[in-house]
Amino acid sequence: MKETPLSNCERRFLLRAIEEKKRLDGRQTYDYRNIRISFGTDYGCCIVELGKTRVLGQVSCELVSPKLNRATEGILFFNLELSQMAAPAFEPGRQSDLLVKLNRLLERCLRNSKCIDTESLCVVAGEKVWQIRVDLHLLNHDGNIIDAASIAAIVALCHFRRPDVSVQGEEVTLYTPEERDPVPLSIHHMPICVSFAFFQQGTYLLVDPNEREERVMDGLLVIAMNKHREICTIQSSGGIMLLKDQVFRCSKIAGVKVAEITELIQKALENDQRVRKEGGKFGFAESIANQRITAFKMETAPIDTSNIEERAEEIIAEAEPPPEVVSQPVLWTPGTAQIGDGIENSWGDLEDSEKEEEEEEGGIDEAVILDDTKMDTGEVSDIGSQGAPIVLSDSEEEEMIILEPEKNPKKIRAQTSANQKAPSKGQGKRKKKKRTAN
Amino acid sequence: MAGLELLSDQGYRIDGRRAGELRKIQARMGVFAQADGSAYIEQGNTKALAVVYGPHEIRGSRSRALPDRALVNCQYSSATFSTGERKRRPHGDRKSCEMGLQLRQTFEAAILTQLHPRSQIDIYVQVLQADGGTYAACVNAATLAVMDAGIPMRDFVCACSAGFVDGTALADLSHVEEAAGGPQLALALLPASGQIALLEMDSRLHEDHLEQVLEAAAQAARGVHTLLDLVVRQHVQEASVSLGD
Repeated sequence: MKETPLSNCERRFLLRAIEEKKRLDGRQTYDYRNIRISFGTDYGCCIVELGKTRVLGQVSCELVSPKLNRATEGILFFNLELSQMAAPAFEPGRQSDLLVKLNRLLERCLRNSKCIDTESLCVVAGEKVWQIRVDLHLLNHDGNIIDAASIAAIVALCHFRRPDVSVQGEEVTLYTPEERDPVPLSIHHMPICVSFAFFQQGTYLLVDPNEREERVMDGLLVIAMNKHREICTIQSSGGIMLLKDQVFRCSKIAGVKVAEITELIQKALENDQRVRKEGGKFGFAESIANQRITAFKMETAPIDTSNIEERAEEIIAEAEPPPEVVSQPVLWTPGTAQIGDGIENSWGDLEDSEKEEEEEEGGIDEAVILDDTKMDTGEVSDIGSQGAPIVLSDSEEEEMIILEPEKNPKKIRAQTSANQKAPSKGQGKRKKKKRTAN
Repeated sequence: MAGLELLSDQGYRIDGRRAGELRKIQARMGVFAQADGSAYIEQGNTKALAVVYGPHEIRGSRSRALPDRALVNCQYSSATFSTGERKRRPHGDRKSCEMGLQLRQTFEAAILTQLHPRSQIDIYVQVLQADGGTYAACVNAATLAVMDAGIPMRDFVCACSAGFVDGTALADLSHVEEAAGGPQLALALLPASGQIALLEMDSRLHEDHLEQVLEAAAQAARGVHTLLDLVVRQHVQEASVSLGD
């Protein structure tokens, strides 16, 4: 399915909001959405939720023969898949650009930064090494796939346990999890990607864009760092032109964010470790709350209402007083009056033009109309002097068919000008009746 | 690697250059008569060829046409004989796709696409010998080719790679220096305004050193710009002479 295009007014709205430093979900410019990490029953399986973006990561391992030019190193393989359930636009054949970009970025972030010690994955040099495969599946797309995916990958790798292996001379023994406890991978550091979205040719910057913000952004800068403030990857994409100081500023912000996220990850891992040791329940089923089939939930956002009253008073004081209320009825044409503000009833105008045309056809001068209006005003003023309340309907009915007792309805333009006089007289009365009935 | 000293005590690199020194650059424009624009560049041992077709009508589906801009289509291919070991797949693999996307991003920012709505500009880059800094060589070659085709651009797009060894930033890395595993930065710059069209970095580099490396890359890119400028002027002069002006 092709992606629904973003309407111009939505685009303008988002850009205006960003110019005023406001985001749709109430975050500040440098705020991340809530990150939730849950683990599955197997080691190496986790789901990371960044706001509504959900990524599932699974790590698996296999003994294979190593690459020829790197005989003593294990093999790392990363694969990110954009599942069709993530967004309607993701179809098997259509995703290539985005998929390539994300996969390459993940590969560079995790493999080139040497976060995993590949030498420790070697079992028998030149013959048997571990191949670690990280599969990431995007389950729901709400913006910022790369951040969620990098967190999922590193968490899954930290959580994973590989089977223990012992080598005695020529013999290689692979122990099952029952015989010997599986061994964690040796991870040097945890690189985490932080995305910065640029708007209006680099004037405005947002951290962790959600799906809507991604659609209107000019470009994206991804900085992957670890908690030791080492930059693992920088990648700028989209058509933006950056300046050096923008890059430095972003790297400083990234440093702060990565520290927070790393702490969160550590806590989650420790939590899971503790639960497993104590024999408690763990796994995905436990992490989904009861009595809920889906996890659709609007989280409560705290709003600061401490100075609401003052602000409201300020606004009222500064605002202009409402415009004068017109209480005089304005008579447009016989039978059409208006009280108060509102859309000008164009029915009267149409009538005028009709009348004029008929006049031209009939050849009667304006005296008729003047008489009519005079008569009506007379009637109206009579009514007014009588003290009876004037009920004038403000209804914007386009077509009000006034039925004369013997005459044709006004709608028919074939009326001769001679008839104009009489119907309008009767009209006034009819109209009055109609109004009071209303 | 223990035995390989990327930067000696006297400050010389493996190929005898200083830390901030570029490799020898030689370039020619207008190498193919068939294409609208073409260029060939040699940066040390890295040799790249770029060919530009356009602006022409959109090939394939008309629905891809952008109503207000031209579409820039880049393809990167590296010859099977370009690396030390023969490559099995010259194009279509992930790295080539990514390179193509990055080139497209760089040139979409630099070419004045608003002047050619609903049309397409094709840039094909072929690497004949890869000795480090392939992205930079591709960008430089493509810039010259786009200029040769007469497509208006905001400015030259000059690219260079940079690395960091022993506390010093190195400019214009060769393959040996890249393979050593240290941090590598590739930068594409518009020299006049200093705006960065593309920034890409791999491997671990401490945040404090980022400024140094970025500055070295920018400096090197400006050096490339001076050279490319000379090449363009020379080419135009030759062309005007041959036209009998």
